[in-house]
Amino acid sequence: MNPELQGRVFEPVAPYLVGREKVREFARAVFSTSPLSLDPAAAQAAGYADVVAPPTFAVVVQEATLAQLLAEPDGGIDFSRVVHGEQRFSYTRPIVAGDELTATLAVTSIKSLGGNDMVTAESTIVDASGEHVVTATSTLVVRGEA
Amino acid sequence: MSDLTVGDVIAEQSFELSRDSLVRYAGASGDFNPIHYRDDVAQSVGLPGVLAHGMLTMGLAVQPVIDWLGTRGVVTDYGVRFTRPVLVDATDGATVTVVAKVGAILDETTRLDLTVTFADQTVLGKAQVQVRFS
Repeated sequence: MNPELQGRVFEPVAPYLVGREKVREFARAVFSTSPLSLDPAAAQAAGYADVVAPPTFAVVVQEATLAQLLAEPDGGIDFSRVVHGEQRFSYTRPIVAGDELTATLAVTSIKSLGGNDMVTAESTIVDASGEHVVTATSTLVVRGEA
Repeated sequence: MSDLTVGDVIAEQSFELSRDSLVRYAGASGDFNPIHYRDDVAQSVGLPGVLAHGMLTMGLAVQPVIDWLGTRGVVTDYGVRFTRPVLVDATDGATVTVVAKVGAILDETTRLDLTVTFADQTVLGKAQVQVRFS
């Protein structure tokens, strides 16, 4: 992996429009039974404009930024050796259907440990008015050649 | 929430994963890595068999907290380390068990610590959820 990736900030990816049915599909896939995620009327009764995405839904929005990182021409990251090490989501507010979200990736850390490389990438996700919604942070482990 | 004490178990739930669950998550998330649905591909990269997506395990593990929280507040932070894979047998599937305990009562948030196990082993490390009551 190229150590010069550390500190690199990428171009924002194309905006992601959060759809009601996508939220419901994702919610069912993570075994959610929450009316806030599945029932628009329940979400509206609780004061939300539409269904509320489960906390890990942000990974769907983040995905395009990680694809940017893996495709970086001078990055030197071999996708076939990548293992997901850690994941974190830090929310200012929940994601709600109807949100138009834009994600921007920054590489915050590159480390070598025991023959493996570890890259930590932070995707800052803002809404259409530029307000922060969530930061999704992934640590990817690139296994060394045995 | 003044009625909470550090160490209280606030939720406990088991989830039955099948290969269908993995295909469903692949479609919903867009993660179509074949190690999550093809034994031959999983074995070709040195895995014992098809694994659940780490993000599926992470995603379901927070659901007992979401149910417990209801409309009383929101999740402000959720992080995990992926420490062991969840092998999903084609016939028998896999059972993942989640226990959520109060880890810390902070100024603005309450931290809940998740213990997530499969086959009697922990699969997520440092799985912590912070919630803010409204």
